[in-house]
Order: sequence, then structure tokens, then C-alpha cells
Amino acid sequence: MSEKITKELALELYRKMVLCRKFEEKVVELVNKNEIYGTTHEYIGEEAVAAGVCSALRNDDLLASTHRGHGHIISKGGDVRYMFAELLGRIDGYNKGKGGSMHIADVGIGVLGANGIVGAGVPIAVGAALAIKIKKLDKAVISFFGDGASNQGVVHEAMNMAAVWNLPIIFVCENNQYAVSTSVKYSLKIENISERSKAYGFEGKTIDGMDVLEVYNNSKEIVDKVRYTSKPFLLECKTYRYSGHFTAEKILNLNYRTEDEINYYKSICPILTFAARAIEDGICTKKELDDIDNSIINQIDEAVDFARKSKSPEPSDALNDMYATEYVGIPQKGWV
Amino acid sequence: MRNIYYLKAVSESLLNEMKINPDVVIIGEDIRYSLRGITKGFIDIFGPDRIIDTPISEAGLTGVGTGAAISGLRPVLEFQICEFIFFAFDQLVDQAQKLRYMSGGKLKNPVTYLVASSGAKGGMAGQHSDNPYPYLLHSGMKTVMPSTPYDAKGLLVSAIRDDDPVAVFLPVNLLGTKGDVPEEQYYIPIGKGEIKKEGDDITVVATGHLVKTALEAAKELEVKGISVEVYDPRTLLPLDRELLFKSVKKTGRLIIFDDSNRTCGFAAEVSAIIAEECFENLKSPISRITRADVPVPFSAQMESFVLPDKEKLLRAILKNFKNKGD
Repeated sequence: MSEKITKELALELYRKMVLCRKFEEKVVELVNKNEIYGTTHEYIGEEAVAAGVCSALRNDDLLASTHRGHGHIISKGGDVRYMFAELLGRIDGYNKGKGGSMHIADVGIGVLGANGIVGAGVPIAVGAALAIKIKKLDKAVISFFGDGASNQGVVHEAMNMAAVWNLPIIFVCENNQYAVSTSVKYSLKIENISERSKAYGFEGKTIDGMDVLEVYNNSKEIVDKVRYTSKPFLLECKTYRYSGHFTAEKILNLNYRTEDEINYYKSICPILTFAARAIEDGICTKKELDDIDNSIINQIDEAVDFARKSKSPEPSDALNDMYATEYVGIPQKGWV
Repeated sequence: MRNIYYLKAVSESLLNEMKINPDVVIIGEDIRYSLRGITKGFIDIFGPDRIIDTPISEAGLTGVGTGAAISGLRPVLEFQICEFIFFAFDQLVDQAQKLRYMSGGKLKNPVTYLVASSGAKGGMAGQHSDNPYPYLLHSGMKTVMPSTPYDAKGLLVSAIRDDDPVAVFLPVNLLGTKGDVPEEQYYIPIGKGEIKKEGDDITVVATGHLVKTALEAAKELEVKGISVEVYDPRTLLPLDRELLFKSVKKTGRLIIFDDSNRTCGFAAEVSAIIAEECFENLKSPISRITRADVPVPFSAQMESFVLPDKEKLLRAILKNFKNKGD
């Protein structure tokens, strides 16, 4: 490891990545057992991005997430007990079972919301950055989006507005190279999405999103700069998702990626490569990392246990939480 | 009391709210120079941090409004042209309107959408003449449409102070009309309709600029011995059902006079509510006077043909009494 990092930071990055991985592995298990209703979009393979970016943030910084958001929320400090409770549709979930996987939101931990619509969270993140600037707060905003979202109209609108208003926001493109089944080789005529930053008038950079240290070091520098200069930045992290677009995709047999390609990216797993380097460079010991693995396995088991014991909502709770200022007669129910 | 323009009443209300609450900001296109005139001169008072011109990015600016609102501001977004909401549809109905619910009540999104000139002004053709509020009502968005300068000033205050998204439709045909408006700031509660004229024989539910038209028709019918009650919901969602039921129970007859499309429109909803709740009180079938389900055509002759107007209302009322069985 050429860059010097502290043991504390190395363990923190490792812990976040493993927590993301183990969380998602448990999610897949629970989806397959139908214990989680519906489906989810797993983050497996992309952990270095969320762990690296979010470790460069302060607690009160904000982020807007995507449909593949579990890793972002965990890395920002989300509590996996409340996340599992949400995924199981229980009242102790972050959003009382009303949102599920794609809509976890809690401003308390700086999460403006995951989002089920590709690209839709980007202008919302810009709005948060606008509020920060107007209120003269010392915060930065991260707007996660993917290679697919990079082609949505609102993403372009949002980046342009962030540029003309000089807002403290980092657009983090998680380029996992596929929008569902569509390769970036088909959907883009440029090599790097970060090149688009020039068109808006701010800086951009493409980095290896499989290397957590590269992500962390770049994020640290960029977050500090954005916070100080109040100018947006587009950081593209090239990464890869190991599983399908969503949990059950494999039964569809789409075959848009080769086994060789998937195996290559598995061979450069961000967790395994980071662990090997950290041990080799003497930053930490194998035992220390094994201890983290074991504590996370326990943490996940306890979180699932917590979620399973949490109560299900009353069916009629479905009519609550629609409005902050309530009036008689709304929302209407659909029957008499 | 002063007699001032509708547009002035809106402007004054907004100005007062901005003075009272530093979190109120306005976001929109051409609002610094103020094409519509609502925010004229505001830039000199509040500066560029609170009067925020945007590039032509209707969907994007709507998302910006949401992000700013859930992060502590109380933005008012101005849509210059009512059809711009179509551009912003995902951000309005799938983001802004759903975020609080999907978050289990954790997010608060106090944003106001000022749809600054809704409806057909004459000669603006298919893409500048809509009254697109039914799309928003369908999503559960609180929606008001004041019919007088007095109501406009008071309802805008409630919309801005409400902690949820509220759409405020300002009918283009009313912006240049005058009415009595107090100088001090006051509010009219959301969800409260008003009987604009009492009558005994038939209830006309009229919205927006058609309230004025309904009142004129009611006056003409007085000489023919027909006493028309004009109910102005003022808020389209939540609808003041109690006041409406009371009126229909009194008159036993109902016409809905609304300038939006017919199919699944506001008039359709009111008809259904009354058919469900007051069927036994009705002496004759409910009828709707709405727009035809076509885009507004350019030519003046065709334009007036497709829009609801006084003649169509008078015809419907007279027909209702011709058919009466009592």
C-alpha cells in the first residue's frame, strides 16, 4: 500500500465494506426464502465506492441514494437493525415498512432518500445543496447515481444548475458498466462519464472504484475542496456488480455478461484485495480482520433477529403518514 | 378596503410571507425580471439567494424544490406556463408528493407550486391553455384555485405555511380582475369552500374563473325565477364535502361547471361523490359542463366551442328545470 493510512482508517474501511457485503448476502438469502417481500438491488461488488466516499464525510453531510442504495446507507452510518426491519416491512424499520428497499430515508443520518426512479434523486440532492448554501451551513452533499442515470435528462439539468449556482455537491457516478442489461459500450460514445463535467464547467475525474483506498483518498480531497470552494465535482468510480440488476434476475437467464468477465471482477474483489494489501503492508493483522468478520456476522444475525421480532404494522396504518399538515377527508380510502 | 388586482393580491401575499419567514425562497424561470409580474421588484428586496432564477429546466427545478424543502427551506416554485408541470411530472407526483409517505412520515416537504397562469387566455392554442390540476388531484396533492383576489391572497398564505406540497392554480383569466383585499396578511384555510351566492333551486359547483361566470348566470336566471346557489370549493383537494352536501341537500339539483377535461376530471369526481353520498336528495340527474376532451384549438371560433362558458351553463340549468319531475 503506497499511501500511508492509519490502522484505524484501514479497519474502518474494511469494516464498512464487509458490513455492506454481509448485509447483502443475508438480504439475498431472505429474498429467496420470501421472507423479504418483493425484490431488492444488491450492492455486492461495489462496496469500495460507498465505503470510500462515505468515510470521507462528516456525520452531518448529506447524501442522496439510488435504487441500489443499501451500501450507501450502511456506509453513511445507517443502523442495519432498522434496515432489516424496513426490508421485512416492520414498524421498527427506518420508514415503518412504508418504503422498503428502494425508499429508505432518514435525514437524521444524512440520507435524503434512496430512489426507485433512475436519476430522480440527483436534482433533489442539488436542492439540498442549494439549501445548505442559502442557510450558510458547512456541509457537503453526495449525489450517487449510476452509468444508466447519467443519460437521464434531469441529471443533466441538475448538474448544470449546481454549476451555475456553485453548490457544494459531489456527483458520484457509480459506473458498474450496465444499466440493467445495457452495456455502457452501447449507451455511451465517450470512455469516461466524468468527461461530461467539462460541459457543465466544473472538474471531474475517473478513478478505480474497486480500490477503496483510491476512492477514499480522492473523496477526502474532493469533499474538502468542494466544501471549501462550493463548486461541484463529478467523481466517476468504475466498478462492477457481481449479481444481477435485481435479486431474481438470474432465473431470467439474460446472459448479457460473460462468466469470464464476472469472474475477472470477482478476482479483484475490493474486500479481498484491500485485506491482502493491508496485511502485507503491516497495517493490520489477519486476526484483526477475522475478528471484524466475526463481529459483523454476529451483528447481522442480531439485526435480523431484531427485525423478525419487530411488530408488523396494522393494515390500516397504510392510511397514515401521507400528509404532514392533516385535513379531514384526505387521504380518501378506496371503498365505503 | 382597497380594490386591487388579483395579480397584485398574489404578489403582496408572497411578499409578506417572505418578510415573515426567511426560509421562504422563490425558484423559477424569469422571476427576477418577473415575466408574470408576481415577483416584480422582489430581487431588490430579497437578493439573489431568495429569488432564484433557474435555467430552462422544469423537471430539474422541481426536484431542486423538493431537495431544498426537505433540507429546511420553504420554497415557492413558479411555473410560468401551466403545461410545464408535464415536464416535471415524475418530480411532482412520483417524488415530491410521495416522499413523505414512502419515508413513513420522516421527511417533510413544504413546497408550494405556483401555477401562475392556468387555462385558456385566448389564442394560445394547444400547449399554453390547459388546466392540468386533475393530474395532481389524482396523485393526492393538495390543490387550491382561488377565484377572487381576496381568496388568492389568503389561500396562498395557507399553501406556503402548509408542511406538504400544495399546488396553487391561478386562472389566467382572473389575473387582471379586481376585488376588495385587506392590507394586512390573513389566511383562508385549505379545505374550506364558500357559498359565493345563496340560492334554493339548484347548486352550481364552479371553479376558478368560472365562479364569476356562474354568478353572472345566476343573476340572469333570477328574473326567470330560478334561484341558483353557487358553491366555490376554493380548495380542490381536500374538498369541502360538508358544505357541498348541505347545498345539494337543500337544492336537490347539481351542475358542475369546471374548465378542465371531462374524462376523469374534477367534475367527474364531484359527480361521483354526490351520486354516492346524496343520491336520495337528487331531484334530477347531475350534469357536468367541462371542456371537450381535445387540446384547445387555435382558432377563436373553435376555441370558444370547446370551452365551458355562460351560455352552456344557462342551457344546462334551463334543461334541468324543463326535465323536472316535481
